Amino acid sequence: MITGSSYSRWIFMALIAGVILLLVLPKILAPYYLGLAVKMMIFALFAMSLDLLIGFTGMASLGHAAYFGLSAYATGLLALKLGWNVWLALPAGLIMSGLAAVLFGLLALRTRGSYFLMITLALSQLMWGIAFGWRSLTGGDDGLPNVPRPDLGIGLSMADGVNFYYFVLLIAAIAAVLMVRIVASPFGYALRGIRESETRMLALGYNVWLYKFSIFVMAALFAGLAGVLYVYYNRFVSPDYIHVARSAEVLLMVILGGAGTLIGPAFGAAIIVLFENLISAYTERWVMLMGFIYLIVALFAPNGIAGLIRDYRDKRASS
Amino acid sequence: MNFWVLQTLNGISFGMLLFLLASGLSLIYGLMKILNLAHGSFYLLGGYAGLVVVQKTGSFVLAVFVATLAIVVIGVLMERFLLRRLHLQEMPQTLLTFGFLFIFSDLAMLIWGSNPETVPKPEMFSQSVQIAGFIYPSYRLFIIGFGLVVALLLWWIQDGTRIGAMIRAGVDNEEIARSLGINVSLLFTLVFALGAFLAALGGVMGGPIMGVFPGADFEVLLLGFVVVIIGGLGSLKGALIGGLIVGLLDNFGKVFFPEFALFTIFAPMALILAVRPTGLFGRE
Repeated sequence: MITGSSYSRWIFMALIAGVILLLVLPKILAPYYLGLAVKMMIFALFAMSLDLLIGFTGMASLGHAAYFGLSAYATGLLALKLGWNVWLALPAGLIMSGLAAVLFGLLALRTRGSYFLMITLALSQLMWGIAFGWRSLTGGDDGLPNVPRPDLGIGLSMADGVNFYYFVLLIAAIAAVLMVRIVASPFGYALRGIRESETRMLALGYNVWLYKFSIFVMAALFAGLAGVLYVYYNRFVSPDYIHVARSAEVLLMVILGGAGTLIGPAFGAAIIVLFENLISAYTERWVMLMGFIYLIVALFAPNGIAGLIRDYRDKRASS
Repeated sequence: MNFWVLQTLNGISFGMLLFLLASGLSLIYGLMKILNLAHGSFYLLGGYAGLVVVQKTGSFVLAVFVATLAIVVIGVLMERFLLRRLHLQEMPQTLLTFGFLFIFSDLAMLIWGSNPETVPKPEMFSQSVQIAGFIYPSYRLFIIGFGLVVALLLWWIQDGTRIGAMIRAGVDNEEIARSLGINVSLLFTLVFALGAFLAALGGVMGGPIMGVFPGADFEVLLLGFVVVIIGGLGSLKGALIGGLIVGLLDNFGKVFFPEFALFTIFAPMALILAVRPTGLFGRE
């Protein structure tokens, strides 16, 4: 039997091993797979940001791609058309996501449950419609190609895959630590309280709306950060960034990994990115295959991998 | 003047199609608390199935029957074997119905390719008619009348029949309805089938004017959601009024601001949310 303290020691050691692995990865992987690892990190960040809403606060958003895509467009356009460097274009992207979240949060937070889900979906699809329709600015369906890699102004070329990997790793790591700090803070515990019972938190004197609004905007900022990294990674942005299919994809990552654990959705993201990469290389019918993944997760792992591990542990402990 | 009348009629006829879609979405949610994201697929597959039947037999009436029946079968299988296991589990339901949206959209792409198709109009309504100096396609007028008839029928079912009373009981309190001996499980299947039927009907009827094309499933799903956000989930009246509002706004939006068409439905949706978060006729 594993005791609580030895269990947390295992986790700590796994964490150290994970950090070391991430640091030496460029020495191990071929450039193509290093690029894939970058994509995994970006989506891990994106999935963790949605977990703040779904897993910790119980707010089921199906429009999270709006913030991912809006910042990607803002950063992409500013870098492409005005030649802004990363120090200006990245904050501008975040501001774009943040402003959208303030506006959409004011609307969506008037509701909860299924209405919230529909409204977040509708708002993000409207943004998709604008990205799709406003051809003169966004290039419409064709998107915006040739977005430059970030220019740090310190002589490090981001065209180099290894440099770019460390750039993304640094930013994703900072964001991950911030998110862990958020959920471990009294603020984070209040969010869990809201997830369990809004009325009880109201009775305890918490300003529930303000908590929900704050985390909604924060989650959008982290999603926006992922979007900025992704546009620099792909050097391209298109309406697909905002489409509900992307919102659903990140939802799948969160549920597959296990909502409310942060680390789970990060793994969920890595698995889905890897899987999509594999199946899209072998078959044109990868959309359908992904559809079946949704069904399988919904039916057999609704609490994700984290849930399966928990069940297994409980069974071991009771037998 | 002429322009306004024509565009208004276009908007109303599109609104009627949205009503068909949204009423099913709304009914299903009202009773089962399922937000069926695959509803857009029912519309799309209904349209394609109708297309096949019209091409093979030339009969639009037959197309309506075969296409809706096919989609009802799909819907019943989905409900009986899969959705049922996830009763009241919002996240898994969302993933499941989204999975179907993906699968059906790819299936449609596989079978019918990526070119937009148009279902031929029924012979009887293939011409335009002249009323009070206006020339207008008779098919669109037919859709408006047809939509009204469906609305009245649904109303009668809901308020005037035994089944309707059972559904209302199930909506109000599922547990008590069960304890009164109402077969709620059968009602679930019936209502899901009815919703699938209405969406497929929208797909076939809309085929001649809106066309069937890849992506139509996502497009109508969004519009259907906006309709129920404006009209209120679980309300027939809301689906009808909301459908007409969105149909008109979408139509005029596309005419006046083609690049920002969706914005014309965004503004009123935001307004309704600010004033009445559960929609015009939704319940708290």
